[in-house]
Order: sequence, then structure tokens, then C-alpha cells
Amino acid sequence: MPQKYNISTNAAPPRFYPVGKYSTIEFRENCAGSCKECVKNKCVYDIFKDNYLHMSKMEEPEYLYTCNSCFRCIQECTKGIFSRVVNPEYREIGDAYWTPDVLNRTWYQAHTGGIPVSGAGYRGPFVGKGFDSMWTDMSEIVRPTRDGIHGREYINTCIELSRRPERLAFKEDGSLDVEVKPILEIPLPILFQQPDFGIYSKGVLLSMLTAAQTIGTKMFLKAADVYEDMMCFGKSIIPLVKKENFENYPKLLSLVDMVEIEYEPGIEKTFGTLKAMNKDLVVSVGIPLSADLDYAKICVDLSKADMDTLHVYADSQGRELNSDTPRFIKDMLRDIHLALVDAATRQQINILASGGICMAEHVNKSIICGADGVAIDLSLLVAMECRLCGRCMNDLSCPVELESIDPEYGSNRITNLMGAWRNQMLEMLGAMGLREARRLRGEVGRSMWFEDLEKESFAPIFGERKVSIDVG
Amino acid sequence: MNQIKDQSKNKLPEIKQTPSRFRNTIGKYILKRNSKCVSCGKCAELCPHEVHIMPENHASPFRPVEHNCIGPDCKKTDHFCIEHCPEDAMVLKENPLLDTMGDYRWPPEMLLGHFAMAETGGAPHVDLEYNLGNSGGGFDMMRFIKPDPKVAIDIRDEDIDTRIELNKTCDGRPERTIDIPCYGGGMSYGSTALSIIVGRARAAKRLNSLTCTGEGGYPPEFLPYKEHVITQVATGLFGVREETIQHCPIMEFKYAQGAKPGLGGHLLGEKVTEAVAKMRETVVGSSLFSPFPFHSVYSVEDHKKHVDWMKEINHNVLCSIKVSTPTDVDMVAIGAYYAGAHIIHIDGSYGGTGAAPDIAKKNIAMPIEYAIPKVHRFLEEEGVRNKITLIASGGIRNGLDVAKAIALGADGCVIGTADLVAVECVRCGNCESGRGCARGIASTDPELGYMTEEDYVEQRLVNMYMAWRKQWCDILRSYGLKSIKELRGRSDLMVHLDYLDEEERKKYQPAPSFKMVL
Repeated sequence: MPQKYNISTNAAPPRFYPVGKYSTIEFRENCAGSCKECVKNKCVYDIFKDNYLHMSKMEEPEYLYTCNSCFRCIQECTKGIFSRVVNPEYREIGDAYWTPDVLNRTWYQAHTGGIPVSGAGYRGPFVGKGFDSMWTDMSEIVRPTRDGIHGREYINTCIELSRRPERLAFKEDGSLDVEVKPILEIPLPILFQQPDFGIYSKGVLLSMLTAAQTIGTKMFLKAADVYEDMMCFGKSIIPLVKKENFENYPKLLSLVDMVEIEYEPGIEKTFGTLKAMNKDLVVSVGIPLSADLDYAKICVDLSKADMDTLHVYADSQGRELNSDTPRFIKDMLRDIHLALVDAATRQQINILASGGICMAEHVNKSIICGADGVAIDLSLLVAMECRLCGRCMNDLSCPVELESIDPEYGSNRITNLMGAWRNQMLEMLGAMGLREARRLRGEVGRSMWFEDLEKESFAPIFGERKVSIDVG
Repeated sequence: MNQIKDQSKNKLPEIKQTPSRFRNTIGKYILKRNSKCVSCGKCAELCPHEVHIMPENHASPFRPVEHNCIGPDCKKTDHFCIEHCPEDAMVLKENPLLDTMGDYRWPPEMLLGHFAMAETGGAPHVDLEYNLGNSGGGFDMMRFIKPDPKVAIDIRDEDIDTRIELNKTCDGRPERTIDIPCYGGGMSYGSTALSIIVGRARAAKRLNSLTCTGEGGYPPEFLPYKEHVITQVATGLFGVREETIQHCPIMEFKYAQGAKPGLGGHLLGEKVTEAVAKMRETVVGSSLFSPFPFHSVYSVEDHKKHVDWMKEINHNVLCSIKVSTPTDVDMVAIGAYYAGAHIIHIDGSYGGTGAAPDIAKKNIAMPIEYAIPKVHRFLEEEGVRNKITLIASGGIRNGLDVAKAIALGADGCVIGTADLVAVECVRCGNCESGRGCARGIASTDPELGYMTEEDYVEQRLVNMYMAWRKQWCDILRSYGLKSIKELRGRSDLMVHLDYLDEEERKKYQPAPSFKMVL
């Protein structure tokens, strides 16, 4: 039996205590003191186990913010001295998109490699903006394999990054009449990308690169930030270059099999020079999803040139750049994908999406909207315990000392996160009855969108919707 | 069992006060006596809500029973303890603990409201919003229209018919009815404490409704209530034996479930105790997977073969098909009908009681609010709506949600989470971790699994459903309806706030919308 792709995970406990959600409060002045029924001894999760240590050391107790919300101490204490609050620091971490919940789940996955599981149903809003305004479909009967939960290993998550020929042609003798270039494939539709803020210490970048190499993906990295001792990562690196500087990196470009050049008008004229430096080089073009660009048309034009992959960038929350009324990446991806379909070039080139991908479900949803794969950045930092506090942007110290992270530990955390994400992707693909991530590309038929469901199910009952649908 | 009973001639199940099993209850308000208290007992003398209790021969009052306190509303009365305390020794505040409870779908007041209903059998007397969640969509945005006072009827609750029929096919099998438009969702032996599932069966008997085994086998403790226990046949076939099919009045083929559509089930090894392993005929400590889908079903014809098999084993059994809510749920429903099902049970994506991957609960399959009208309409268009019972589940949290689901087109609902909340689940979500539920509900742990008593579970559930029944009766009376069956498909009696003009919207209770920390 052929080897199946798998991401091995190993627990990597946090170096710093994560910012937990709840804190238990004790009003000790009312404590009975020698109560034999003390609820602290009965805690199912043992969170009070080290209670006395911190008192002698005058340190913040470790059990703070690890409460699992069972309320038993609150409800069973004979003197009723317990209460609970939401950790004020928890409220402050992240932002409206990278919510505390997203950060906490990412930390959990990076720690354990497991997927977040909970009981008692869904807890969130009925619908949200962006990716939260769509659901994926499932099939009652069809399953990619008949092996139930074990069948997931047969689901293929590979994507290609190289261009595909439009069609094959043959000579009279049956030999190929077209040049078929080597296929560049990665085993999962997630690439890494250098975050646009944060601590770019060698440890941080090496953690990301090591994880990319371990799981067989690639990382977009500014060519100027590729240190000499990173050259050993060779084909795991996709150097980011510009029209005016790419010729400065002949050695790097000879080592890698893919490069990304920043978009500017007329950029297609450089593709020949790039390929002359390394004939097998797969060329990606980085295109900002900026309101002042007709990005769908640009993508169509580029797709007809000698390049392989379009890499489109939204901001960190998945929004259009330079717009007062920004669109969300899912809608922009739809436009680009459909424009390429109309131009009959979609099958030949690949689309990678960046910006706003912060959970495993966003990968599949981006692919449904038309991407082949995604590139992630901030999630890599968060996996290494980053709290997105932004202190580093003001030259302040990092609360989790990212600058001193050990690449082995950092890469372990990132690998765990990717293992958990891939497992979740497989859950969704399996439920949809799909055996290949590539089959999901542009498959909106495998999704349900809020606006469509409202129209289909509610409009016949309630008439015309008067509150506009804000799903962007 | 086979006769449709005249419900009006039946006495409703008895409501009994069933207090919390925890020493300190959680209320909307906190009320504290400070050191100025001289234990004069004035508060206990005044309070009609039994917040302050000072039995005779006691030197001082008990700690205030805070969850009974009606808070600042009491100011308007002549028994407001804060103002009447001669020593000014009492402090009343909103309970900050509520900030740490609940979520968008089950906000803290909905949890407290259900605790109160399960305790008293009536609507909470404290000003709690227990009918609406904070989710900003679906049921939480739907309201019943203002009824025309002229059509309202004045009849007693006992004279209102809340029964639903489960066999409309006229196929010669029993014409079974249940007295309330709800029955219990599957919770398996293994995932849930025995006292909980048996307590549910006992409540089902008293309510003349049903509960479901889930996919965990059929413990002998169910036998006294077998007329009210559905046997579930799911993909792992755990505990499915000929006799368990012969016992049951209804058999449920579970193709998928809303909380993890298309994913099958997973019972962690820690929960597979000796008793669970014996029941499921497996190995102690070994994780159990229910695969997805049925390995014997590739088509609707295969599905019919399943139904026929079940009918052949038990000639009186009714057949329910439980499916999730994919985009083609309407086609699935019609397929189930033509295969011979009596009940099509659609399970929406936002529900579920046991542990499930968060990614599945949030993202896979459609919410039940969309699926009900879609299936109802399609069955009508196909001319078979009155020949099959449509049951909805997955995110149906309270009595009003049940009424809304019925008005959208369901015949009735299956309830899971609300049952657990009635026995004081706080929805912490740790059903799967370590030893299981710390509150002794979703656990088979030798200690935690025995925290609850069957009597307590039974009575709390009876109380909660009787409280819901009062709500249904109020709704039916106000629209001049005498039977819950008349409410089915009456979506004309509802509005959705997002589909109203601003002025019109103001006439209805606004949607709760407060930011929560998830």
C-alpha cells in the first residue's frame, strides 16, 4: 500500500501561561478554614492542585484562568465564597477578526495537535460576516471511502503550483507535440508567508521554514530576509522579489523551484528573464486586492502570459485594500475565479489567497470560492504563542519572548497547528463526499450561502427582506 | 398505546417542586446581608418569593435563596427587603457571574429560565429572557404576530390538544400519538449517565412521549418504559439486537446527525467502562467509532431495504429516518417517505448534545430554521405532506422555538440540550474531556456518573415540559386554535424582524443583541 500523507504531531506545551478566559474568585474572608468538604479538593480538573505553592512564593497562582466553567466550586462551596469573572486581559487580546476565541483555539491546536472538540452544540451567532456567512454541504450517503472515520487518510489534499498545459497534442508517431513542464505539487493547500509585522528573529523564521519543510509545503519569504544559513531550506522557500531587484538573487533563484514577483503593470515582460535564470522556475505573481486595481482583469491578462500562479493579497482581516467599503476576500475570489473561467484559462493556472485565513474552515471556504490554496502568516505567529498585542511594532518587549524561540519548539507548534487544520479540512471534505481538495475548487454547489438560504427558505414566508444583508 | 387518546380526559402529569441539586443556586441577582444584620427576621417575614427563610426556632435567617429574588422590580411592591430592613443590612446587585455563563445561542438568562421551569413547572417569576437567544438570526429573529383579541378563545389548558400523530400513513401499523409535540433525542448509554437516560425514559412515560436510546445499546433499566423508548440503529450498530428492535414502538435509523453531519460518532476510550463495553459488545477502554455512512446503504433502494428489514422484525414498529440538513434535504425527505418511513427527522447543524468537532457544528449543513420550511413545502408540493410526520431538531432550545418550528412546518420537535439544561447542565462543553461532564450528566465515570438521581431527572423534565406546554397553550388560545396540529405550517402567524419596515419592527420585542466574549 502506498504511503499516505500524514502530519505527525507531538504535544508542545506553551512556554508562557496562555491568556485564559475565566478566573475563579475566592472571597477568603468567608472561608470556613478547615472545611472537610472543600471544593478545591474535589475539582474534577485539579486546577487548585498547586494552590498553596503560590501563596508561599507570593506568585500569581497558575490555576487562574484555567477554569473549565463547570461551576461546581461556585455551587458547592459550603460558604459560597467562590465566584467567577472573565479575564480582562482575555477581552483585550486580538481584534474583531482575530478574536480571543480564535487565538485560544490556535494555541490549543499548536499545543496538542488535536482539533477543537466540545459538547452541547454550537455557541456562536446565527450568521456572521465574511466566511461566517456560508456553510458547507454534506452528503447523507456519499463518502469518499467506505471506511468511515479511518477513510480520511485516502482524501488527497495535494494542489499544484505549476501551470498546466491547455491540452495535450501528439505527433503522428504518437509522441507528445507539446512541452509538458515538471509538475510542482505540494501535499496540502496551505503555504506559509512571512507576516507583515512581528519579530523577524532568525528563530521565528527558522521555525516557520522548518515546519514548512517538515510538512512538505513552502514559505513565501522576502528575498532580502533569506540568510545564508537558510539556503539549506532550498525548495521550501519561495523568494519574494520585485521587478527592480530580482536579478540581485541569482544564487537563491537557482536553488528554489518557485519565485514570486510583485505585480506592477508590464510585469509579464520579466517572466522570460526569470525563467532564463532557472528554466524550471515556477512563477507566481503577487497581486494586491486593492480597490484601485481591476484585479480580476489583471489576473485574466496575467493568466495568458508565461506564469503559473496568481497570489492575491487581502489585508489581515480578509478585506479589500484601499477601500472605504472593502469587499471580503471570498467575494473577490469568486470574481477572479469566474473571470478566469470565462477567459478559459482557469484550468491552466493556480490561485493562492492570502489575508484573513485564521481558521481551518477558511481554507476550505477559500477553495470553494475559487482558490487552489491559501497562504497564512499571522496564524504562524499565533501558533508560537504570539498574542497579536502589537507591542513589537512599538519596539516594546514581546510578552512571549518570540525573539528567543527555539526553532525546534516553534516548528513543532506550527506543525501541530497544520496537523489539526488538515484533520479539520478532511472532516469537511469527507462530509462533502469529496476525495480530493482539488475537486473542491470553485465548487459553490458544495456550499450554502446566507443570502441564498434566506431567499429560498424565508422570502416565500416573510416577503422582502428589509434589513440589508451585510455579509462582507 | 395504539389508540389516539382524548387528551382532554387525561390528567396532565403532576408538577412537583424539584429544587436544584446544588447547594448554591445561581440567580440573576445577588442579595447579601452584611455584618449589620441583627437577624431580626423582618426580611423573611416580608418576602413572598422565599428568598429569605428563617424557620421557627432558628436564631438567624438562612443565606438568601438568590435565584428566587425578583430584583429591582420588587421596589414597586410593599415587601422590598432592601428598603424595609431596619438595619439597612442588605445589598442587591445584578449577578456578575452571568457575564461568565452561556453563549449566543443559550444566553445566561435562558439557562436560568430553564432551571426555574424545571424546578417549578411554571414560567420563571424573575424577569428573565428565556425565550430568545442572542444569535441574531433564525428563531431569535422570529416573532408571533400580535393576535387579534377577537379570535382568542377562553379554554383551559387541559382542553387544548397538544398531541401529534406519528403514523399518518394508514399502513395498518399503530396510529401512535404523543401528548406533547416533542420527544427526547438520542443520548447513548456510554456518553450519558445511566440515571439521566433512565430519568428521561421515566419522564417520557409520564408525559406520554418518547425518548431515544442513541447508539449505545438498550440497558435493561429501559424495559419498564419500553413503550416510550425509541431504539436507534446507527452506523456502528452498537447494541442493536433483534430483541431491542422487537421492544420498541419506533425505530430510528440515524443516517447523520446535525452536530457532526457526515462524520459519524466517536466515544472516547475513557468513557468505555466495563458496563459500557458489555452493552456495546466491545473492549473496555477502547475508543469506539461509528462510521459514516451506513456501509450497507448506497442508494434510496438500499435505504428501503433497511426499512423493510426493520418492519419485518417488528410488525408494529414505526420507522423514523434521522438525517442532517444538506442542501438537498428536501429530496432526502421525499426519498425517506417513498421508502416507507413514518417519520422524517431532520437534525439541523446548530444542535447536538455530545462532543463534536467545533468546525462541524459551526460550518457543516444548514441551520434547522432554513430546512423546516424547505422540506415542508417540498412535501406539500409532492402531495405527501399529510402522509408523513416531519420532526425537527438541532438548535431547538425552548418552548417558543418548538412553536416556531411547528409554525414553519414541522409536526413536532426532538429535544436534547434543553433536557440536559433542565437537569442543570451549564453548557460548559467539556462533555468529552477527562472523566467527562463535571456535573455528572455526560459521564459514565464511577463517581461523576452517579451524581444525579432518576427521580430528580424525571420530575425536572416533567416540570420543564409542563411549563412549555403552558406557553403553547397561551399561543394557541390567543390565535383561536384548539390543537397544536392547527399551528403546523401557519408561518402566516409569524414575522421575521429583518423582513419588517423599521416602524413595523418597533411593535415587536427587539432582538437581544449584546456582545459576548466567546
